[in-house]
Amino acid sequence: MNWTLALPEILLAAAGLVLLLAGVIPKRDTTFPVTMGTLGALLIAAVLVMATPDGMAFGTQFVSDGFARFAKVLILLGAASGLMLALDWNEKQGIARFEFPILVLFSTIGMMVMVSAADLITLYMGLELLSLSLYVIAAFDRDNARSAEAGLKYFVLGALASGLYLYGASLTYGFSGSTSFAAIGNAATGDGAVSLGLLVGVTFVIAALAFKISAVPFHMWTPDVYEGAPTPVTAFFASAPKVAAVSLLVRVLADPFAELAAQWQGVIYLASLGSMLLGSFAALRQNNIKRLMAYSSIGHVGYALMGLAVATDTGLRGVMLYMAIYLVMNAGVFAVLVSMRRQGRALERVEDLAGLGRTDPAMAVAMVVFMFSMAGIPPLAGFFSKLYVFLAAVQEGYWVLATLGVLTSVVSAYYYLRIIKVMYFDAPEGSLDPRPAAVSVVLAASGLFNVLFFLFPAPIVAAATAAVAALAG
Amino acid sequence: MLEIGLGHYLTVGAILFVLGVFGIFLNRKNIIVILMSIELILLSVNLNLVAFSSNLGDLTGQIFAMFILTVAAAEAAIGLAIVVIYFRNRGSIEVEDVSTLKG
Repeated sequence: MNWTLALPEILLAAAGLVLLLAGVIPKRDTTFPVTMGTLGALLIAAVLVMATPDGMAFGTQFVSDGFARFAKVLILLGAASGLMLALDWNEKQGIARFEFPILVLFSTIGMMVMVSAADLITLYMGLELLSLSLYVIAAFDRDNARSAEAGLKYFVLGALASGLYLYGASLTYGFSGSTSFAAIGNAATGDGAVSLGLLVGVTFVIAALAFKISAVPFHMWTPDVYEGAPTPVTAFFASAPKVAAVSLLVRVLADPFAELAAQWQGVIYLASLGSMLLGSFAALRQNNIKRLMAYSSIGHVGYALMGLAVATDTGLRGVMLYMAIYLVMNAGVFAVLVSMRRQGRALERVEDLAGLGRTDPAMAVAMVVFMFSMAGIPPLAGFFSKLYVFLAAVQEGYWVLATLGVLTSVVSAYYYLRIIKVMYFDAPEGSLDPRPAAVSVVLAASGLFNVLFFLFPAPIVAAATAAVAALAG
Repeated sequence: MLEIGLGHYLTVGAILFVLGVFGIFLNRKNIIVILMSIELILLSVNLNLVAFSSNLGDLTGQIFAMFILTVAAAEAAIGLAIVVIYFRNRGSIEVEDVSTLKG
């Protein structure tokens, strides 16, 4: 019983309860102090995560290894940047309530438990803690019909995904005799023929996790939810939960189901292919920038899954690197989206960015960096994230996947470049409202990361390599 | 006398699961029916787990079922809360009306 391994999660849970009390007792508005308290808790948790040793806790329920630590640091980073973007936006939108940071905090605990899960039950509890918090924050702008509809759609499809996961988990349990990943792995390695029940179980689990990472063909909720949810919530959805779910998928497939690789590789291959194609083509005719980012995120998940389809250590390292870079890139793009506000009214059409090159040159330059990075143009970070997965695919002879990846990223460059064209060559309708300091911080940090990544890639690549090595060993 | 074994329980579980999934996708009337379908899916899983648990002589499955029951209650509460705010905004919970966001 080595509960100290779960100290970051326990600390965050305690902090969540304390902040909930601290937020509700005073008569005045407590949004700002509670947000700051949450950010502090996330920071302390990040430090604790890095100091956590390897090992198993709570029997075989919870594992702490390099992989979990890598994913957790990313998750905490994503959650913190999501909160920073939300602070000012929520206030201007009249939805500044102190529950928001606390819901983000609880979803963060859910994600951390998810990536540390070494058992189907732990995985389920983490997944549900995440999902239940996300359903609520999707509908957080509760007097707005679009936000309510986004919450409703996300709830129905999310609950269906949970149902699929549970059905798969029940079959896996039944045919392997255990819910622990190690025991499932042993059952799968057994005497030659893999039982059909186990295969069906794995398929259901993959389908459920594909829902959570919005990979084709389980992507249909993404555009609607991203468009309807408040912008900072969309920013959060596209960052931390996506990283957590992809890491989880990597762990589940590369750890307990590693022996069934021949079977699941085909499924992931098709999901990757479909996501890349849909992500690049469906975004072409989008005019709502949040919807466009939804399709773009589907496409990015497709590229990341390419590394998982390859299923070598290089491929998995590519996946983790991709998610790390995507997280930062995405925070930057959404920092721009959150600042799109004119005369107090939030804007979300691509044309609303018109003339940004003249009215706010600094933000326009940052957006150019993010768009080039998303399109994968060297020497920005987004190029390297694609490079690592494509290299892995080419090394293993997945030529079709790699070629289609390059072609679809050319197609997707069209809509990224269109945004740049609108910013620099269209006449402005008036300048945007001044952007808050917290957003500028996220913007600058993300911009610098994207520009300077090629100079110092070593620490992040080394961390991802170590993470994947921990998974295999 | 027919012996009721694991296969029978799994069949019932599978039928309930499929009914639940179809209830979500084919239902064109009311969102409450969707909530009921979700419950049906979760209950089919519980049935599966308990049947496996009894068959394997291993308690884990029953513990898992307990966790699912608890989470299902929380999920239903949140689902109903979202349906309530949706109704306050739109004045209807017809499935056909949930279509402002598209494209």
